[in-house]
Amino acid sequence: MAEALLKVDSVTKNFGGFTALSEVTTEVKAGERFGLIGPNGSGKTTLINCISGTLTNDGGSIIFDGQDLQGMKAHVRTAAGITRTFQIPRPFHSMTIIDNLKIPLEFVSASGRAQTEIRDEAMSILETMGMAEKADEETSGLTQIELRKLELARAIAAKPKLLISDEAMAGLTGNEVDEVTQILINFNEQGMTIIMIEHIMRAVMQFSQRVICLDAGQLIAEGTPDIIQKDKGVERAYLGV
Amino acid sequence: MEFLELLINALIAGILLGGFFAALSIGLSICFGLLDAVNIAHPTIIVGAAFCTFLLNDLLGIDPIVAGLILTPVFFLFGMGIYSLYYQFFERQSAEALRGLAFFFGLLFIAEVVMIMIFGVDHRLVSAPYIGESFTAVVTGMTFSVPYRLLAAFVIAGLMTLGISYYLSSSYFGRATSAVHQDMMALSLMGADPVMIKRIAFALGLATCGLAGALMIIVIPIEPAVGRFFIGNVFAIVVLGGLGSIPGTLVGALILGIAESLVSTFFGPSWAPAVSFGILLGVLAFKPTGLFGTGDTR
Amino acid sequence: MLQRYRFEIGCVVALLACFLITQVELNRFYYFAGFAILQYVLISTAWNILGGYGGYINFGTAGFLGLGTYVAIAMIQWYGAGIIEQIIVAGALAGLLGLGIGYITLRLKGVYFAIATLAIAIVLETFVNNWDYVGGAAGVSILPPRTPELLGITIVDRKGGGIFYNNKEWLFFLMGALAIASVWIARTIEFGKLGRGLNAIKDNEEAAECMGVPTLKLKLIATVISGALMGVAGAVFPSYLTFVDPPTAFNLEFAVNSLAMPMIGGTFTWIGPVVGSILLGTVQQVAIVTISSEINLLIIGLLLVIFVTIAPHGIVGWFMKKNK
Repeated sequence: MAEALLKVDSVTKNFGGFTALSEVTTEVKAGERFGLIGPNGSGKTTLINCISGTLTNDGGSIIFDGQDLQGMKAHVRTAAGITRTFQIPRPFHSMTIIDNLKIPLEFVSASGRAQTEIRDEAMSILETMGMAEKADEETSGLTQIELRKLELARAIAAKPKLLISDEAMAGLTGNEVDEVTQILINFNEQGMTIIMIEHIMRAVMQFSQRVICLDAGQLIAEGTPDIIQKDKGVERAYLGV
Repeated sequence: MEFLELLINALIAGILLGGFFAALSIGLSICFGLLDAVNIAHPTIIVGAAFCTFLLNDLLGIDPIVAGLILTPVFFLFGMGIYSLYYQFFERQSAEALRGLAFFFGLLFIAEVVMIMIFGVDHRLVSAPYIGESFTAVVTGMTFSVPYRLLAAFVIAGLMTLGISYYLSSSYFGRATSAVHQDMMALSLMGADPVMIKRIAFALGLATCGLAGALMIIVIPIEPAVGRFFIGNVFAIVVLGGLGSIPGTLVGALILGIAESLVSTFFGPSWAPAVSFGILLGVLAFKPTGLFGTGDTR
Repeated sequence: MLQRYRFEIGCVVALLACFLITQVELNRFYYFAGFAILQYVLISTAWNILGGYGGYINFGTAGFLGLGTYVAIAMIQWYGAGIIEQIIVAGALAGLLGLGIGYITLRLKGVYFAIATLAIAIVLETFVNNWDYVGGAAGVSILPPRTPELLGITIVDRKGGGIFYNNKEWLFFLMGALAIASVWIARTIEFGKLGRGLNAIKDNEEAAECMGVPTLKLKLIATVISGALMGVAGAVFPSYLTFVDPPTAFNLEFAVNSLAMPMIGGTFTWIGPVVGSILLGTVQQVAIVTISSEINLLIIGLLLVIFVTIAPHGIVGWFMKKNK
């Protein structure tokens, strides 16, 4: 548990003249459940874009599993073990649900294996999500929670060491939030390190072992959920006073 | 001495040509750079306006520049119509941006065929007092010559592009247009209707085709397919200047005008079409955001 | 067994049909029309590999095709190369052109690739206009060999000693074989890893990249295959037409048709471009003869716009209930 899986060191990202991230430094330990919070526009998604490789950080370094990620393309990072979900689900809409899962299986985690094996693997992931009976349906008919679950299932199919879940619970009801939280906890218990970005405080505080808070691109607090909830700086950032 | 004379003449012609190119590109810069509507039919629509100018000049004897001014509001309304279609079928459904491209490509082709059916494939010209003559000056033994038609086009193009550029940077509407580009949400919160703003901005982009068409037929004889030769130019200019930057487009137009003029002078006019493509690929390879671009290119 | 190899059997039957057609005496117009339609099957299938599966629009079909045509002409001028050599080299160079353009523009948003391809035809035409070795702007006449041989077998002999009686019949068959091969390639891609990866790219490129799909690599592979097949289609042109000038080789009609035929047929499966090109190709051949070539072009343009706006999944989409 002590070993750091992900080391983010002074990461900076600018858009034109606007600084989205300013020297953010943090660590995520192997097997940890890690929470990332902050008000809208604080740089949460920019940070995970830099980690997952859809954006390139302008300064600082990101080390994953002992490997410097600088200049590494997103799909190589996925193969190295970092997978993320998107805030707004981005299913492959022309494919069936099971075919969505087959993409990361075929290109990453089960690359080179027979189609029947890949299908079985995809089915078993859908089963853990309770979506097995929808396997051959199109994505267009899915409800909000099903889209969220598909997004997670597809990410898990890549067999990541580190799963980054970007607001997987936005727009879900209370029961559904609990359901998704439980799914994430189950995967964590199987050894997956998880970063949860969330606006729903109840979920992120219940889920995380450690939380960091960003505000205006800067890291303003780090600690256990209890400490974060009592932190004056975090309160100010959210209430805007 | 002879080289210097050629060079200076080429530079003068290049600057004038650049002004003309700016008139051709500014509308595309608005549609593509600010609204993400990649209107590849833009040069062909300009050719359409050039043929309208031809008719007004040939049948009614109207001066081509006046004809261009008359056509401008007509093309504004035309732009409103096209945008409504585009919005209805592509933007609103957030369909792949590339399907919109195929739509504009279809429009390009239809417009070209219709023009061939009406006007045939002959080259057409207009007549005006400033067409045909050249202003010539002899300085220190070197002869400099500037065709009045290029000069007229340069002046009108300059007035139009600088006017639009100033309007977009200083008016409420101009600021709203760049806001549409950056953040649709914020704009709705301000109480403006983003779709209406986009429709008007797109129409403004097409309105420039009216005058640009008149300038085109003043500068060169036209035929229905001539628009294709300008596709490379206008896109090279907009990309070189940087998406979203109207002043960038003007600078890009001058650079391309000078480059084409130099190549024509020293390597022969038949090589000119390769210049824009070379610049386009060069910019995309080394600095895809262009000279003054802010948008992201990925 | 038969079920499983249905497609392969279909290919063989189609190839046999192409051969039989060359062995019966038909009005020359039918060969001419048939050649044009088969060439469009090849071109639109090639276009669809990148455009339909990957969602990247190539407006430069005429450029790739014209490059293939002029590579073939240059090889004939140089040492009287045989048609198979012309096809191989033309395909390779057109593929290389795709690689070059793709390497520069495919790292950027999709529109940049489309814009770059818009200008290809014009630029290549400029080069050819300035290159007298291949005829320059005036065009060039090609004299096809009287009795071409392949692997020691006489292919064409007017006196009846070869497989075909005249060159047009042989080239008709060759184009048929190339078209069928291209459909086979497209279908293999569609049902393979490359096709699934391209589909993911079309649906959502960023998500595809994050799910481990090497997006740039797949796009480049698709561009090269697609461009190479277009070059192949062009390589047969000089031998077939016997006179080529730049406006014929770089005709915008190729770009429009290669885009319109898959879009009208349906871009998401290999059948779409085939259906689109046979249907539209036939209509065009009839329309050119019976009405006028301008009206014919107008019809294509209008159909393209109508299908793109109202029925993005094309005719095949109706049968597969994809058009909602």
